[in-house]
Amino acid sequence: MMEGYEKAAADAEERLASAADIHAVADIERDLLGRRSQFTEAKRRLGDLDPGDRAAAGRRLNAARERVEASVAAARARLTASGRADRYEAERLDLTERLPRVVPLRRGHLHPVTQARDRLEDVFVGMGYTVAEGPEVESAWYNFEALNIPEWHPARGEFDTIFVNLGQPEEVMLRSHTSPVQIRVMENREPPIYIVAPGRTFRTDTADATHLPAFNQIEGLAVDRNITLGDLAGTIDEFVRALFGREVKARLRPSYFPFTEPSAEFDISRPDGSWLELGGCGMVHPNVLRNCGIDPEEWQGFAFGFGIDRLAVMRHDIDDIREFVNNDVRFLSQF
Amino acid sequence: MKVLLSWLREFAPGIDGDPAALSDVLSALGLAVEEMTVTGSVPDGVVLGRVLELRPHPDADLIQLVEVDDGSGSTLQVCCGAFNMAVGDLVPLARVGTVMPSGLEIARRKIRGQASEGMCCSEIELEMGDDTDGIMILNNSVATGAGPGTPLAEALALAPDVLWDLEVGANRPDALSVMGVARDLAAALGVGFEPPDWSTPASGPDISDAVDVEIVDPTLCGRFVGRVLRNTPSGPSPAWMANRLIALGMRPINSIVDISNYVMLELGQPSHTFDLARVRGSRIRVRRARDAETVTTLDGVDRSLVAGDGVIAGGDDAVIGIAGVMGGASTEIGDGTTDVLVEMAWWDPPSISRTAKRLNLSSEAATRFRRGADWGYNVERCMNRFVKLAAELGAEVTPGMIDERGNLPDRRPLRVRTSRVNGLLGTSLSAAAMAGHLRSIGFGADVSGPAGLDVTIPTWRWDTETETDVAEEVARLHGYENIARTVPTANEAGGLSPYQQDRRLVRDVLVGAGCLESQPMPFVAPGALAAVGLPEDGITLSNPVDDSESVLRTSLLPGQLRAVAYNQRHFNGDVRLFEIGHVYLPAPEGQLLPDEREFLAVALSGEEAPAAVAVLDLLAEALALPAVELREASPPGLLTTRSAEVVVAGRARGVVGEVDPGVLEVSGVAGRVAWLQLDLQEVLNGPRARRRYRPVSKYPPSEVDLAFVVPEGVAAVQVERALRAAAGSLLVRIELFDVYRGAGVTDGARSLAYRLRFQAPDRTLTDADVADVRQRCIDETSRRTKATLRS
Repeated sequence: MMEGYEKAAADAEERLASAADIHAVADIERDLLGRRSQFTEAKRRLGDLDPGDRAAAGRRLNAARERVEASVAAARARLTASGRADRYEAERLDLTERLPRVVPLRRGHLHPVTQARDRLEDVFVGMGYTVAEGPEVESAWYNFEALNIPEWHPARGEFDTIFVNLGQPEEVMLRSHTSPVQIRVMENREPPIYIVAPGRTFRTDTADATHLPAFNQIEGLAVDRNITLGDLAGTIDEFVRALFGREVKARLRPSYFPFTEPSAEFDISRPDGSWLELGGCGMVHPNVLRNCGIDPEEWQGFAFGFGIDRLAVMRHDIDDIREFVNNDVRFLSQF
Repeated sequence: MKVLLSWLREFAPGIDGDPAALSDVLSALGLAVEEMTVTGSVPDGVVLGRVLELRPHPDADLIQLVEVDDGSGSTLQVCCGAFNMAVGDLVPLARVGTVMPSGLEIARRKIRGQASEGMCCSEIELEMGDDTDGIMILNNSVATGAGPGTPLAEALALAPDVLWDLEVGANRPDALSVMGVARDLAAALGVGFEPPDWSTPASGPDISDAVDVEIVDPTLCGRFVGRVLRNTPSGPSPAWMANRLIALGMRPINSIVDISNYVMLELGQPSHTFDLARVRGSRIRVRRARDAETVTTLDGVDRSLVAGDGVIAGGDDAVIGIAGVMGGASTEIGDGTTDVLVEMAWWDPPSISRTAKRLNLSSEAATRFRRGADWGYNVERCMNRFVKLAAELGAEVTPGMIDERGNLPDRRPLRVRTSRVNGLLGTSLSAAAMAGHLRSIGFGADVSGPAGLDVTIPTWRWDTETETDVAEEVARLHGYENIARTVPTANEAGGLSPYQQDRRLVRDVLVGAGCLESQPMPFVAPGALAAVGLPEDGITLSNPVDDSESVLRTSLLPGQLRAVAYNQRHFNGDVRLFEIGHVYLPAPEGQLLPDEREFLAVALSGEEAPAAVAVLDLLAEALALPAVELREASPPGLLTTRSAEVVVAGRARGVVGEVDPGVLEVSGVAGRVAWLQLDLQEVLNGPRARRRYRPVSKYPPSEVDLAFVVPEGVAAVQVERALRAAAGSLLVRIELFDVYRGAGVTDGARSLAYRLRFQAPDRTLTDADVADVRQRCIDETSRRTKATLRS
């Protein structure tokens, strides 16, 4: 038997085809799917069904609803794009009529995260580094395997990776750190290598005052003949001084990352004598060098990484990082 | 991993000192302290009291009067807001003068006319737990001989202790135990480390023949050790054990389960117990599962297995447990259990890891097996510990131990070069110094000369197998802070690439034009692309954080419109925003990853299309883009009559114009939005004009104004091109200064007025020169376009 909503769905195409503008589509959408629609009514009635029948009826309802939603979207696309050109013919402009314009005498502002990133880039450029970049959507090879994190490794779960629907399950993802750029650089260049790689990274963190699913990191990599752990500690000292001033000290604590060995976390000193954890670092793991075709007997390297957003937060005492993505001009124009 | 100081001291009594200093030592070892708590301290003045009488308060319903024996011989009256006590109960009594953990000093006072000479305490008031509901009732918890007046600490056998919560890396399976942490800490402090001997006498027939264990797949199980206990205790475990489990974050269940957990926390070795009578044929087969085999696990869930999962099967080959992850319900020990088979095994970490991940079961046991449990002599030590604890609670211990072997990790002595270790660390340690560090944490190290040492890696360090792994241990024990800090001598010139420099220039130009840089997240809702007229072909996320942010953008338009709408909603008025960010276009055929590009967008709300064109012109000038043209097009999402494709050096590189009012409406944006979007990557990596010097003239210029009537449909740029062609090299500037439609101009046409500036580099232009070039301009423009000079 055909349900009421199915009759409505069957007529949907035709009604939408005759819609003259976006308002009409909205009206039809409300009529078909809104609170007083057959669909909503049918959904309410699902609860009255026998549990045995409910699943099948629910699936049937959802399938019909999805069909209608697709038709509405298509109609909207038709009416918002080329289809309406004639209605705006009267407004046609010749964009090559370039009259002189007075630009308002108000400067714009760079995003605070961009400002932090520029500052970091400049510090490292001054230390002899170039700036490397890579894609944000990565394969498991670059995000994990080449970094010595095989598929079964317990550390994989700790990255809270956001995967995308491409390739095999968990084969393609939004990069969960900037370390894939290390691999891309080492695969394509002979050492010596001195690079930093700033960029966007992603984790399955729900947005709150201190977390965003999309945030920014910077990664550093040095590969040369005689790079040591002492060089890593000294390099961190140097950029911490350049960023935060002479009075701020850095320290390294042993830690674990699959792609570095020895590994460390690095902290910076606070005025009250306590330490603030800033990032992770270590000597590039021989397996990582090997994965990039670099002989670990001949070359050694160090890598480090930390959050850029955090620096902007610290610099300006920002108490809610969701402001970074709201793009409220009252926020953006403060920096 | 949580550890207690008192427990650590059972392995290394020399561990002592200021808790904060010990925290620093732990952190310097790589066992980062997430939290340190001092526990078990009770304020002076809190004693055991016995409730002698309970009376209602004459003037208050929420308070009762408690007559308490405090052991002094006389009784005290205490006003109390809790009603969970009965006459005869033992309760904590804070005497007058006691300073509570909150800082409150207990004073003698009157409450609604009734004297109160002390306070009966709840858990939370003593910071001994979270219970706020009532007074602590201690009848069953106090030590023998304790009575009214006994200090609470003594009555409960409480001693001040320190609890650390440590962050342990995946390479340190050993440090997921009290013993492993004690070993490291003892080494760093230079004090002795000695695990106790837990061997226990046994009686009765040897069981090693009574139970038959077969490792069918040696790649799954490296070692299977078993012992049998009879008449195991079934009640709750003793308070001291339960307290330690609680302190370390586990819930006491019953004595056998608690012993299993206790040994796991103490020594790092998970165990599993079977009701031997329920194991078919007293036979255990360790093998890989076949597809679609099922088992009901201890949590009562029916689990479906896939080929490759490690399982334990009984004599009938039916699965009775998932190896290293969770036991099965069919052999679970219960009230009727008499004989218990205790299993301690070494499982192949990748196998356990895959199964635990697939089943989404991360038990404490699986966590340890995934990182690699100990397969060496400690397994027997752990078994002895289990057996001893069980014996202390009344179990009968039977002699004999099953010990089956599969493939164990191959850890032959490893040759470690001192030069390599020092070269990696930047140190100059001797072989002997390295050996000393390694031996202090149980590694074998034979110094075979100054060049190197032969290192035997202990079986509790599965993740440690290479020279670099050993170097890390040396560094840890030597102390990262003792490594001299140097800076590499990079003979490289640092710098930004031309692309990166140009991108900064783009930003600076836009900031100069009054634009604010925005950075929306690159996700959009399903349907959001279609809503702005784009194909709904964005790549979708498999596990989005939020269902409304589950599609990757293919254009910067949805995010910018959302930002504009956000600002309008917050009464910020019209905004000028720009963004430089990635878009993710569908992957080209044969490529796994999307076609990811860096785009630039400018959104000017409250502005019409020409404002966006003006921004484009600014950028084109700043970047010296050659031949920027606007080509008629119907870009998706834009108003077709006010938009164009941006063509740079013959190639389409973006769009400019105004957003379609229908799109604005669905996006919740009021008014107009001028829009520019460029494929920044292509633009910046594409051709650039060379800025060639042109001498500045010392001679005066002449200006000529020309107005043409130009039919609609003939673009202004065509008129301009004709003028440039006609004027030739004398033209130094051309500016459209007026556009007029209306009276005096024919319908379907408009007047375009240009100001032309002529100048020669080598002479002053004569009137005749100017008249000549003016006429050429008029003639050429009329000839090449349908424009006529406006008279």
